[in-house]
Amino acid sequence: MAGTAGIVGYGSYVPAYRIKVETISDQWGDDAGSIERGLMLSEKTVPGRDEDTITIAVAAAKNALLRANIDPQKIGAVYIGSESHPYAVKPSGTVLVDALGIGPNVHVADLEFACKAGAEAMYISYSHVLSGNMEYSMGIGADTSQGAPGDALEYSASAGGSAFIFGSKNIIANVLSTHSYTSDTADFWRREYRHYPRHGGRFTGEPAYFKHVLSCTEALLDKSGFKPEDFAHVVYHMPNGKFPLKAGKIMGFTNDQMKQGWVVNKMGNTYSGSSPTGMAAIMDVLKPGEKAMMISFGSGAGSDGFVFEATDLLPAVQNKAPKIHDQLDGKKLYLSYGQYAAYRKKIMFND
Amino acid sequence: MANSQRYTREIARRYRLEAQKFEDGFVCLPNRYVSPDTGATKFEKINLKPTGTILAFTIIHIPADRFAKESPFPVAIIETEEGCRLTTQIVDSKFEDVKIGGKVELVFRKATEEGDSGILNYGYKAIVL
Repeated sequence: MAGTAGIVGYGSYVPAYRIKVETISDQWGDDAGSIERGLMLSEKTVPGRDEDTITIAVAAAKNALLRANIDPQKIGAVYIGSESHPYAVKPSGTVLVDALGIGPNVHVADLEFACKAGAEAMYISYSHVLSGNMEYSMGIGADTSQGAPGDALEYSASAGGSAFIFGSKNIIANVLSTHSYTSDTADFWRREYRHYPRHGGRFTGEPAYFKHVLSCTEALLDKSGFKPEDFAHVVYHMPNGKFPLKAGKIMGFTNDQMKQGWVVNKMGNTYSGSSPTGMAAIMDVLKPGEKAMMISFGSGAGSDGFVFEATDLLPAVQNKAPKIHDQLDGKKLYLSYGQYAAYRKKIMFND
Repeated sequence: MANSQRYTREIARRYRLEAQKFEDGFVCLPNRYVSPDTGATKFEKINLKPTGTILAFTIIHIPADRFAKESPFPVAIIETEEGCRLTTQIVDSKFEDVKIGGKVELVFRKATEEGDSGILNYGYKAIVL
């Protein structure tokens, strides 16, 4: 029987390693200042040599469980959205459920939809609980994003992720409305067996990112009956610093509404983990009764939108796990380009 | 690790720090059948809390082949709150921060890769707090 559903726990994780934009620009002879101004990024996260989508998802999910304070055995489904699942064939989710003591009576699937696979995982989890199909479901977005050496993507493609547990009891943020907007748009892709994605350059902008996120926002506002000024915070998918701020401005959101979820300048683009991690940053400060909007974007292309409203239970769990801005401002281990290239396996080693 | 079958058998202890607590109080991981001090054979399974204290450490400069690209790296013997002693790699930490008596957190990481086509092995490693 259909009922209510909302977020009961959330958590994020970013690796400790970082590389500065100027370190990458020095390597390729680009002008650091113009790159930093153009992309509005100063540095990005880099996964450790022993980190991948699975370990990042596990770390984020642990933090979500700390906030949800539920028996992991009661979680009926786990979905991990990523475009960097470590195996081509063997699920990331099976490792995660065994690491966290979830299951084995659990439905698990790995999802992929470029940068919006994490939002998809949230969407499906929410729908499961709303339908009364299960008590709890967890949706995770995590990535160790790929960007070819020397490509513009190399400045932004980073690592991190966030997990959201949906349930029907002890809800910390209700879901008031959702919407999805999807079309076949070839703006960014990666073929099988290829290490790095390709993209359509400027075609990734107006016909892809902006068309989908703006159409999704318009439909979501129309469906929910809310206006931009009704929201305390909004987060758009963050392929760079500029795109989400421009999208928000077009829709009538102010910088004050956008700044909390805009984590890209210190984190980079964590692909499937991008808008979910921005949403997690908003959850870290959202007050009871305040509303927040999350609009994801995945190339190919599509947008999932959510309207959340914090309940009276949210403040009590905000400090139960590390907050994302504290993680981004906390321990940082900076890498040289050579170290970065080795960490990301961009160097050809002998057997 | 030798193969995917052995890896699968060891998941409980490698992923969830599932240890044995014998009736005489001895806690161990990996598993054994007899407590070394008293010969006790009855035990219960417990999940270790993912924190501990460094008892001893060294910096590995000449590692086994499969860890060659990671050297140099610290390896420590740590003791968990339950009194269980583990040998573990220390990651994401500056060498000068690795000290006897220092507190660590155990985190879930990739341990090794079985070449380019074999399975990925996951388990616990330690980060200095």
